[in-house]
Amino acid sequence: MLDADFFRRWMTATAASVAREAERLTALDSPIGDADHGSNLQRGFTAVTATLEKEAPDTPGAILTLAGRQLISTVGGASGPLYGTLLRRTGKALGEAAEVSAEQLAEALRTGVDAVRTLGGAAPGDKTMIDALVPAVDALGDGFAAARAAAEEGAVATTPLQARKGRASYLGERSIGHQDPGATSASLLIAALAEAVEASGE
Amino acid sequence: MSDEKLVGIVLVSHSAQVAASVAELALGLTGGGTAVPVAPAGGTEDGGLGTSAELISAAAASVDRGAGVAVLTDLGSAVLTVKTLLAEGDELPDGTRLVDAPFVEGAVAAVVTAATGADLAAVEAAAAEAYTYRKV
Repeated sequence: MLDADFFRRWMTATAASVAREAERLTALDSPIGDADHGSNLQRGFTAVTATLEKEAPDTPGAILTLAGRQLISTVGGASGPLYGTLLRRTGKALGEAAEVSAEQLAEALRTGVDAVRTLGGAAPGDKTMIDALVPAVDALGDGFAAARAAAEEGAVATTPLQARKGRASYLGERSIGHQDPGATSASLLIAALAEAVEASGE
Repeated sequence: MSDEKLVGIVLVSHSAQVAASVAELALGLTGGGTAVPVAPAGGTEDGGLGTSAELISAAAASVDRGAGVAVLTDLGSAVLTVKTLLAEGDELPDGTRLVDAPFVEGAVAAVVTAATGADLAAVEAAAAEAYTYRKV
């Protein structure tokens, strides 16, 4: 079972990974975006870990809901409402249970990913975070390591795609040949999930 | 008319200057008279380019007179942030609506219409109709 500590570790590991990869995310966002993805997400997840420490929510659902709210208010770019919605909807779907199963988390994450698709209107193949998140959720039934691998493959597979959503879509064919920064950060979020599992020894 | 509640207008742009200038332009074109509550919510809280959920919530609260609030946005994160705030429930006043309209032309149409004491649906329709005005 996954308890509140596991979800705190997930958010902390995501913050550390985003901080480590911030320059790379911003570099990916330079040719096809506005070169702020790394710094925006770093600001957001730094605020998430600070607020989780301060308010100390004690259920998995409350942790993700609070983290999502914090991303919506601090990121400043499109990734704020998108990741904020992902975590909030996942958190709300988990309800008030003190512990949840991996299956419950997988189901809740699917609810969160569906909410992101509704919000942004992106479908698989549009060269967005959805291209990492959908395969990751599909693979979660086979474990967190499988989800991590699926998300990373999904992110890499955005390189030959033409962007159909967001600022990159204005570039048309010139968006081809660049890995999508949003899919890349989404793969960091899923990889952190696998890290949080390994740290708990499950 | 003096006690009639006016629809509030919030203008959300990635740039503080764009939001403030469009607000000024739209108010200037109403010709004075009725004071439509209009608030810009531009840029991030630290003055950079981007979108701030806090500035949007504060702007919406400041123009809410009980007749609803029409929110117009420019692009990307401005649209997504307003949609998220509306979907998450308690962040914006009751009767707040994201209006699908071109930013500058829609803002002028919305403010001019709101100045007549029109309701939220009429303000929204006027702003959306700005899409149909062709320049060539």
